Amino acid sequence: MSEQKIVDYEFKPGFKGMAHDTGSDQTMFKGVHWGKAMMWIFLLSDTFVFSCFLISYMKGRASTPVEWPNPSEVFALDAFGVPVPLLLIALMTFVLITSSGTMALAVKYGYEKNKKMCGWLVLATAVGGLTFVGMQAYEWSKLIHEGVRPWENPFGAAQFGSFFFMITGFHGTHVSIGVIFLFIYAYKVFAGHYENGGKRGWFTTMRGDYVEIEILGLYWHFVDLVWVFIFAFFYLW
Amino acid sequence: MSDEIENKSGYQTQSSETMNEYSGAAVGDVDYVRPAEIPEQDLYHGHTFLTKWVFCQDAKVIGVQYFLTAVFTGIVGLILSWLMRLQLGFPELAGFMTAEHYYQFVTMHGMIMVVYFLTALFLGGFGNYLIPLMVGARDMVFPYVNMLSFWMFFVAVAVLMASFFVPGGPTGSGWTLYPPQAILDGTPGSGAGILLMLISLSLFVIGFTMGGLNYLITILQARTRGMTLMRMPLTVWGIFTATVLAMLAFPALLVSSIMMTLDKVLGTSFFMPTILKAGEVLEYGGGSPILFQHLFWFFGHPEVYIVALPAFGIVSDLISVHARKNIFGYRMMVWAIVGIGALSFFVWAHHMYVSGMNPWFGFFFASTTLIIAVPTAMKVYNWILTLWRGNIRINTVMLWCLGFIVTFVNGGITGIFLGNVSVDVPLSDTYFVVAHFHMVMGIAPLMVIMGAVYHWFPLVAGRMLHEGLGKWHFWITFLGAYSIYFPMHYLGFIGVPRRYFEMYDSPYMTSGVGLNEFISLAAFIVGAAQFILIYNIIKTLKTGKPAGKNPWKANSLEWHTSTVPPEHGNFGERLPVVHRWAYDYSVPGAKEDFMPQTTPPSEVSNTEVEKT
Repeated sequence: MSEQKIVDYEFKPGFKGMAHDTGSDQTMFKGVHWGKAMMWIFLLSDTFVFSCFLISYMKGRASTPVEWPNPSEVFALDAFGVPVPLLLIALMTFVLITSSGTMALAVKYGYEKNKKMCGWLVLATAVGGLTFVGMQAYEWSKLIHEGVRPWENPFGAAQFGSFFFMITGFHGTHVSIGVIFLFIYAYKVFAGHYENGGKRGWFTTMRGDYVEIEILGLYWHFVDLVWVFIFAFFYLW
Repeated sequence: MSDEIENKSGYQTQSSETMNEYSGAAVGDVDYVRPAEIPEQDLYHGHTFLTKWVFCQDAKVIGVQYFLTAVFTGIVGLILSWLMRLQLGFPELAGFMTAEHYYQFVTMHGMIMVVYFLTALFLGGFGNYLIPLMVGARDMVFPYVNMLSFWMFFVAVAVLMASFFVPGGPTGSGWTLYPPQAILDGTPGSGAGILLMLISLSLFVIGFTMGGLNYLITILQARTRGMTLMRMPLTVWGIFTATVLAMLAFPALLVSSIMMTLDKVLGTSFFMPTILKAGEVLEYGGGSPILFQHLFWFFGHPEVYIVALPAFGIVSDLISVHARKNIFGYRMMVWAIVGIGALSFFVWAHHMYVSGMNPWFGFFFASTTLIIAVPTAMKVYNWILTLWRGNIRINTVMLWCLGFIVTFVNGGITGIFLGNVSVDVPLSDTYFVVAHFHMVMGIAPLMVIMGAVYHWFPLVAGRMLHEGLGKWHFWITFLGAYSIYFPMHYLGFIGVPRRYFEMYDSPYMTSGVGLNEFISLAAFIVGAAQFILIYNIIKTLKTGKPAGKNPWKANSLEWHTSTVPPEHGNFGERLPVVHRWAYDYSVPGAKEDFMPQTTPPSEVSNTEVEKT
């Protein structure tokens, strides 16, 4: 499905009007692309996944009999011989949030059918994501080097490593999947798959459209938002 | 009743010459319905055997694939239940079975029936087949993802079945998979068995998410012209709400599966407390088994309604069609479905009363549990009031519906017992619980499935199932199911514990033996009776009476397709235009006792139609 036309539909005022519009025929969300609606609902479901993870983390942290490690010590990074707490994490967060910005610009240029700008910005987002994953790999290897394992660690409660590796790993998987798709989409933008009515996809046989950039963008912003929560719960608590 | 007001009502039907039979759009009717918002759907028509029947993107074929795979797992579950009943009723004949086998059969029976049979059948099977047809769409909105959804489910089933053949066999920890015992030595299948179960569940969740997104967006964003939310058949409402529940509840299952997999494989201690085994402290420590129970039941309780809500919806439609009356209180029915769905997220801890909790916590969950009885009771009353003074056809479909109502009320009432903490604690883990949930979420939804099979088989295959065989099937199943589960309530009251391989020298050995033998005999007969349906289907496919178009004289769109069975794209040249709800049966003064949803206002004189 490409574009929707809403002919002759007037949104009605007030609460009753809203109920009427919601329950009207054909579509509930007027003019919203199928894929976009799908991504929103998927993200709602994914929110529940991450909520379950984070609530489990809170429960695990609250009920462990051994003391929880001090995050500002565990996650400190030596810069010029001085341990700076949360330095790496601050950088990672900065890169990821910046990539959200480039993503938003890519969506804008996509809708303006500016192939070149859109493609470069999607590519920039992909590189940002890749940098994030790379820094996370560095963080993991540093912690593993210091003796942190999923089943034990020298700093305190064993659950610290368990939850840390599981949740950041699950989030990192999300980022990695996003990066793979960003690279594919960057290629598709440059190759012009979204222009002139759209080229049919090899797998799905559906025609491409710039709205796909926005759909991927929704996913990307969500991954960033989740990171903010992980950041708060793991590094600041 | 209709005689009295026939001439007062002033409803008359006009000739239908101007009407296009399938699109329902006569020349003068365009005013009533807004023009199309959505452009024609781009469909991929398969042209090889592989793309037409195997990796098919047509929701109807995917629905049948889901159905057949789910039925296959259901038959495996049935055979497992036979083996369990053989051990319980006639242990001397089941010498080949050890206690470990028994636990494995209990576990696999439970998991298969709840997740891989009922959930997949209702949402994957009926959902895929009926949603696009009932809302007037050409197909699901993302046919390719829909196809992936089925194959993911297929792989999940294959992984699950593979666990029967790995060393140690499938897991025997009970379908709830409670840690720590699920992954510790001494529980059968604590090695590869539990691992495959967890992997299979994760795959199922991923596959279901792909399907679920399709169902939701098709219902929300791809309805045909004139199909407002409050004109949708209740089947669609039931499946819709169940899918919403699944999208929000399965994450908890996925997360608990991942965490337990890590506990098993990497030796983390998410759910594992400090454990002494034969005097030695295990590596585990500091985890919380109760956390798993919360996660599991946050999935597990909505899961009950994921199975029940589509059944509610489907049975409403079947009753309305076969009683030739509009469903009583349609809006109430819709809100009851939605309300039950919302409430189902606030009751999960009633499965954990015996795990120990703050009394106020138990009080809260008992209250929310009992509140669910209100919308469910409204639904039961509405079904009965739909039947009240209806022009009831006592055919096989109606028999299954009536059987459903009785069974559901029965199981629901025992649910009120178990929802109260003080009554639940002594009854917990007895056969009373087994009887309760088999009645309410085993037999009752199964009756709806059977009714739905007899109802929609003519649409799927174009032939009518044999009525006589159907009635035998119904009566044996209905009476047999009561013979199985009614005595179990009594067994529970005298205290017979569930999940026990053998009663040894306990007092239940004297008073429960006869009943156990009787229950087992009934179970063998009921199980065998299900093969009547399979025989009926095979026979019908070869020699059945052709169904023709709309054999039940039903209103909803799936019966008004251009061909029977419908081809890919469902509705031929033009999509239908909907002018009314799906329940205009026996309208006083109307020419016939049904008015398809596509009947335009110009067909019916002296009526006012709400513009969409």
